[in-house]
Amino acid sequence: MSSNSLGQIDLQIMWNRLIAVVEEQAQTLMRTAFSPIVREAGDLSAGVFDLKGRMLAQAVTGTPGHVNSMAESVKHFIRHFPTQTMKPGDIYITNDPWMGTGHTNDFVLTTPCFKDGRLVALFSCTSHLTDIGGIGFGPDATDVFMEGLYIPMLKLADQGRMNETLLAMIRANTRLPVDTEGDVYSLAGCNDIGCRRLVEMMEEFELADLDTLSGFVLERSREAVLAEVAKLPKGSWRNEMMIDGYDSPIRLAATTTISDKGIHVDYTGTDPQARHGINVPIAYTTAYTVFGLGCVVSARIPNNAGSLAPLTVSAPPGCILNAQKPAPVLSRHIIGQMLPDVAFGCLRQAVPDRVPAEGTSCLWNLNVRGMVKGGEGGNYGFTMAVTSNGGTGARPHADGLSATAYPSGVRGTPVEIAESITPLIFWKKELRPDSGGAGTHRGGLGQIIEVGSGVDMPFDLLAAYDRIDYPPRGRDGGRNGAPGYVGLKSGRTLKGKGSQTIPPGDRLVIMTPGGGGLGDPRQRDPQAVEQDVAEGLVSPQSAQETYGLQRKAAE
Amino acid sequence: MRLAVDIGGTFTDVVLEIGDPRAGGRRLTRKVLTTPRAPEEAVMSGTRAILNDANRGFAEIDVFVHGTTLATNAVIERKGAKTALIATEGFRDTLEIAYESRYDQYDVFIEKPRQLVPRALRFTVPERLDVHGSVRLPLDEAAVRALVPALRREEIGAVAIAYLHSYANPVHELRTREILLEAMPGLSITLSCEVCPEVREYERTSTAVANAYIQPLMAGYLARLRDGFAAEGFRGTVYLMTSGGGLTALETARKFPIRLVESGPAGGAILAANIAAERGEDKVLSFDMGGTTAKICLIQHYTPFKSRSFEVDRAARFLKGSGLPLRIPVIEMVEIGAGGGSIARVDELKRIVVGPESAGAEPGPASYGRGGDRPTVTDADVVLGKIDPARFAGGTIHLDVESARKALDAAIGGELALSGEMAAYGVGEIVDENMANAARVHAVERGAVIGEHTMIAFGGAAPLHAARLAEKLGLDRIVVPPNAGVGSAVGFLQAPVAYELIHSRYMRLDEFDPAAANALIDEMAREAHALVAPGARGQKVVETRVAYMRYVGQGHEITVPLPVRALTAKDADALRTTFEKEYAVLFERHIPGAAIEVLSWSVTVSTEVRRPEPVTPPDRQPPPKPVGTRRFFDARLSQHVEVPVYWRNDLVPGSTVTGPAIIAEDETSTFVSATFEAWLDAAGGIVLERKTSTSRPRAA
Repeated sequence: MSSNSLGQIDLQIMWNRLIAVVEEQAQTLMRTAFSPIVREAGDLSAGVFDLKGRMLAQAVTGTPGHVNSMAESVKHFIRHFPTQTMKPGDIYITNDPWMGTGHTNDFVLTTPCFKDGRLVALFSCTSHLTDIGGIGFGPDATDVFMEGLYIPMLKLADQGRMNETLLAMIRANTRLPVDTEGDVYSLAGCNDIGCRRLVEMMEEFELADLDTLSGFVLERSREAVLAEVAKLPKGSWRNEMMIDGYDSPIRLAATTTISDKGIHVDYTGTDPQARHGINVPIAYTTAYTVFGLGCVVSARIPNNAGSLAPLTVSAPPGCILNAQKPAPVLSRHIIGQMLPDVAFGCLRQAVPDRVPAEGTSCLWNLNVRGMVKGGEGGNYGFTMAVTSNGGTGARPHADGLSATAYPSGVRGTPVEIAESITPLIFWKKELRPDSGGAGTHRGGLGQIIEVGSGVDMPFDLLAAYDRIDYPPRGRDGGRNGAPGYVGLKSGRTLKGKGSQTIPPGDRLVIMTPGGGGLGDPRQRDPQAVEQDVAEGLVSPQSAQETYGLQRKAAE
Repeated sequence: MRLAVDIGGTFTDVVLEIGDPRAGGRRLTRKVLTTPRAPEEAVMSGTRAILNDANRGFAEIDVFVHGTTLATNAVIERKGAKTALIATEGFRDTLEIAYESRYDQYDVFIEKPRQLVPRALRFTVPERLDVHGSVRLPLDEAAVRALVPALRREEIGAVAIAYLHSYANPVHELRTREILLEAMPGLSITLSCEVCPEVREYERTSTAVANAYIQPLMAGYLARLRDGFAAEGFRGTVYLMTSGGGLTALETARKFPIRLVESGPAGGAILAANIAAERGEDKVLSFDMGGTTAKICLIQHYTPFKSRSFEVDRAARFLKGSGLPLRIPVIEMVEIGAGGGSIARVDELKRIVVGPESAGAEPGPASYGRGGDRPTVTDADVVLGKIDPARFAGGTIHLDVESARKALDAAIGGELALSGEMAAYGVGEIVDENMANAARVHAVERGAVIGEHTMIAFGGAAPLHAARLAEKLGLDRIVVPPNAGVGSAVGFLQAPVAYELIHSRYMRLDEFDPAAANALIDEMAREAHALVAPGARGQKVVETRVAYMRYVGQGHEITVPLPVRALTAKDADALRTTFEKEYAVLFERHIPGAAIEVLSWSVTVSTEVRRPEPVTPPDRQPPPKPVGTRRFFDARLSQHVEVPVYWRNDLVPGSTVTGPAIIAEDETSTFVSATFEAWLDAAGGIVLERKTSTSRPRAA
């Protein structure tokens, strides 16, 4: 028994080490990335896999959309490059939306890791590149071929020799050749670091392979998730949510079933795929759905093939959540990021105390591009995704968070950094009063952003927003969050989706949505309402009318 | 005669040096309880006590060096001044919008850190500079004046002014201060362009606000302390220890009190750097493990690594992003929730988890017998036999082994079907592994090879865990210095008078503008010399300059040293070469052809550091007679073995002890594992050295 005891402790140590290894891999990627959305906002993922393509550990740093989708991706790599053909120094690459993480901007690189000449593991990573050509980072395309360079499963390096032909193709197909190539190197480098650390660990623990460790990690994780699921009520719950869509509303429908085997979410009843690039490949649908389930059910259990296995997702082929090639998918995150809310709508019927009200959910990035003063780079001398967010939904026992990304894990872009990369001037970036859905617990506030050109030239907004026609819904008597808004300072309203031009002299005005409220606003602690009024987060008028605060206190 | 006082959370440490302790002088130490409501009281009483011990008076103190957690605590406990923020119109909520992210991906119930200035006290005025520092919208001076009634009505104690891009041009912040001071003379005002002239509005604003918030409190405290000392006849010079590891004069400390945050740990790092110099150790990992946390710091060429950012008051489990960011020069350290009091438990994956929750001093570990029933690292050490239960903390706390075993059984052994000893072993392994991981990640971030380092271990719990940690990291040597219990205060007396200024200014190397760079650096150098001169009092000073550079478009900056002379157009090539070399050290490959830019520039002016002479290794001698033996549980053998216990005071230079063994002293015990042998060096340090016959069985 005592050598078993020792073995058990050693296995735990190695598991901790494995998580540290992939965290180091992710940190390396973040520090060497060129793409601002990676380096400033953390839009990336990194992990280690066994030879069957099962994910053993994934870095905590990163964003949920890549969870699971990257995991599936490694299985595709193994199918194209069987493990027995892999050689030291090989690197495999793709940005196939259906084999990677859902759109062409995400490059996925997989590197076989050898110890003493023997293949022991695979390291994989993905990050969002700023520009991959095509019509640019917006939802306007009507098929995937308009969405930039499409890299099938290829070798980026063959036994240490970089594929210069491919690199030349990449450079020639992006508006940012230096950054894009730099990001490719950065992805390759982080896998190398991961592999080196893994080999060191295996030497230290005198491991020839990862079989025992892999079995331990996956089994222990699976059991832990099943144990959490076992505590939940069993049954099926249905939820529907309407969202704006590109030019007509879209119904997202889900049935969530909790059983002894795990939790399954089925999206039958969801509308068919759309004409424009807001469609979602199934891997990305799965990624965000499982992330939402994980937040409620198994928040403390590390991600790996074992912990993900009991959480499953299905959607009929051809529906917008299982879009088929060649559907355009570039802005798949808009709908993908709504999926935790859709799943929450089911779960709140089962475990109301663990689930927040609906939030903004999709990122409200300013995807902008335009001319620079000297005219270098043609019409699009600058391109940038300035990350920004609305409010999150109110939570049982707490208000929602203002101007905070959920479910996405990215960070906001500092204004001073955005202005150093683009010739834009931000005139306002401030919380939006009265935007948080009223309730016993209030939704988080959105923000108001106002931007103009600093060089007196037009610039484009590649809008990819939602929750304008269908704001985040409150629950249990809580009010809806404020709907989002996109327009010009001079007064004209702009579309929530698609490329539009901001003329010189005018300014773009964006108001991000607020989160939904939870519970009757009149039940809100009057002191909390008074404080919101004193802070200017809630107007005196709404304090009286919605929260029922006495007139005197509201003034 | 030199005095150092370090105010910590529990104790105020006092050190008095009469002459140079390395050259026949004396070093006296004292610990008194901290007096949180009026910290100067403990400083005064501790100083009186130590002067009494030495039979000396205040008038004989030449130099008084002071470090305090007061600034940190004021932020953590939200006890600073009622502070207002004046920002650019349209940017009232920079503090609250912050990073727009959640520091814990999966936890939907997180709370964000509470800001030091509530929204009602965040004002804005029309003005706007662009990224080049050009005025896009002139400052609306009337709008500034219009704020005065509100500042008066709200009885504001301090004001922070933080405008966009003020690092590129301070003109609007300076003018705003002038206007406010005309109306409200004596108002405490912090300008973001002075306290932190760096790009990124959230970090700069947060730093300015924190400085403003603690300024009145710190100014009052420092004045009371100065008056208190003066009343006792003190006529020497006062220095304050800064987070960057340099000493600063009282006036500078009152202007930028934020630089006093985290001065205690900085003192510890300075001590470790000196111990390294004394032993000619070029690459050092300093390891400071106390009751609640462990701090790890890398030191090369006797100089600790520096960083420019820091987070204070982390809300959750030491998670990055859960605190308030400060952008100031700091000695770079990783701190994790791993100390003697850290609590062990089994999580939902049936894994042993240690910390960050700590049992603190009350109720303390289960073995303290003060009502604590959750097992801690100390409890595990007691059960394994590493600690003598009768001698813990100089015999002031008697440890109860049975309570420790019971707590381990209840929380861990039962859950995992492990014996009490095996559970204790597991707890020790996990906490050591956590620290090893933190050290590895830290080394990697610095491009350092961890196995090349010598460990310097201090703080109550470090000598118990140093050997295992060194095994895990593949280190060959450990030094456990004397007086480790008051290490930070000893370090204060070894620190130089120094000040570092950092300023953002973009410059691409392919558009290198030596005139502009020289103008900025010269201005910074003038300012740094002026800040150091009052403290240096004629001592020779040295100046160092660096540029923070990166590939255009990348986020991570690399420190590149600059020559201390006027730059010329030719320097661009040398800078590129150095940058690419450093980049390859950190990230394996450099990127061919990519453009490089300078983001920020830094100038440090410092008095020359007096490095101690290296001590010569003594001739080895046999060990003294053990004072006893202790039953130690060896997990690999799965049985108890008897290990000899030596009394540290019985060792003479050269005395060599072969592991496994325990070297006990009043404050702690050094555990010498079977991998090491230990000897006392000429400066009183215990040196653990890997046995030559041992072929690095790191995992075993």
